[in-house]
Amino acid sequence: MTAVHDPALDFGPATHLTCRACGERYPLGAAYACMECFGPLEVGYELHPPSREEIAAGPPSIWRYAALLPVPADIAELSGLHPGFTQLVRADNLARELGMRRLWIKDDTGNPTHSFKDRVVAVALSAARQLGLRTLSCASTGNLANAVAAAAARAGMDHVVVIPSDLEAGKVITTAVYGGSLIAVEGTYDDVNRLCSELIGDPLTASWGFVNVNLRPYYAEGSKSLGYEVAEQLGWRLPQQVVIPVASGSLLTKVDKAFRELGTLGLVEPTPYRVFGAQATGCSPVAQAFRAGIEVVRPVKPRTIAKSLAIGNPADGPYALDVARRTGGAIADVSDEAIVDAIRLLARTEGIFAETAGGVTVATLRLLLDSGALDPDAETVVYNTGDGLKTLDAVAGVVGPTATIAPSLTEFRAALGA
Amino acid sequence: MAVAVRIPTILRTYTGGEAEVRVEPAEPTLSGTLSALEAAYPGLSARVLDEAGALRRFVNVYVDDEDVRFEAGLATPTPAGAQVSIIPAVAGG
Repeated sequence: MTAVHDPALDFGPATHLTCRACGERYPLGAAYACMECFGPLEVGYELHPPSREEIAAGPPSIWRYAALLPVPADIAELSGLHPGFTQLVRADNLARELGMRRLWIKDDTGNPTHSFKDRVVAVALSAARQLGLRTLSCASTGNLANAVAAAAARAGMDHVVVIPSDLEAGKVITTAVYGGSLIAVEGTYDDVNRLCSELIGDPLTASWGFVNVNLRPYYAEGSKSLGYEVAEQLGWRLPQQVVIPVASGSLLTKVDKAFRELGTLGLVEPTPYRVFGAQATGCSPVAQAFRAGIEVVRPVKPRTIAKSLAIGNPADGPYALDVARRTGGAIADVSDEAIVDAIRLLARTEGIFAETAGGVTVATLRLLLDSGALDPDAETVVYNTGDGLKTLDAVAGVVGPTATIAPSLTEFRAALGA
Repeated sequence: MAVAVRIPTILRTYTGGEAEVRVEPAEPTLSGTLSALEAAYPGLSARVLDEAGALRRFVNVYVDDEDVRFEAGLATPTPAGAQVSIIPAVAGG
């Protein structure tokens, strides 16, 4: 198929879709799988790179990088949640505890619905608008559900969110509150994902944009902003090591893509960096493939408290493996107990309350330091992609009041051992 | 011993736009079902299988709601009345 750009569509610098597996090109549209080989489609661009100054003069959101994303140049002026430009926290306390020289936490809990999913949804919503799709939808493990429901509400679009029925209450309520349809499916995330894939092509969903299915090429590009921001916030340079949670594997591959783009475009020195991926042992198909030294990711049935990472059949797993191996990184996995410990460690040392996925990432940081895979002297950025308030159950059993007393001075002194 | 096969959008050019088709495989396995599909809709199986005859990396195939990679792959039984779904792999979150 010849890629013909429809001039009525404004996707900014994006010009076509291309198959990541076989290279076949397609016009921009609501398509996600190659008709030749089923490979994932990716956005292709003719980039006119902005200068550092132009980026710095942009809005304090992902739209400061609009020139590098498949969105119109004036996107910041349209209604939306305008996520991004979250804090990069210098984590000296945690670094000291772990024996590291310089450690940063990219804390994406600062987004409008408290996870990095606001970034990807913002780009997908723009694509839905361009393509005339009126209902925003998704298959979600929770964070995406929040982000889609809130973004659709702000943009005045209908939304239908599909989740596994066993999600944390915190993620169900924080989706339902935005109205719209919320369908809880009795099954795993992979069942939900499959159902949504089968809904594509059904007349019912003809004007629907499933952000992570038929809008996935655009959606995934939103994750590049997590690479751009870290580089800009470090003073336009790349970190030496990054640790990123792996569910589908998309975020990890897009941060790598962002780092490479910045180097190619001359916005940073293309210094070497190593990419590490983090999974929960109860859902670790990519880590298992990494350890086995194979390219094929065998699907698993998830069983972990880290539900936002519980994708047993990760579509970008092979690409995440490629990135970890190419950069000299690794993909490792940690137990549910280690996840809970790490959530508490990060909260205690840096005042950041991460959801289970953040616990996975910090626990993996610790594991890889212990094993010697991570260099404690190299500048390292850890991505915290979600907020602990959504997964309270993970720590509810292990934290609480240190004392419960009568309102008396004596008892208060006794409670503090004074 | 008909087997029902759900066809994804990107393969419906082969089935005249049909979202679900029925075939009568000579051999009651996924492999046999794909052969029957190829006989009825020439060119279709080359989209699902690679040059070596294995399932392509980015295609998910389900027999009666179970991912065949948890079963016996192409040797997974497809008895009469079985429902086969062919779906492009997608990521999520």
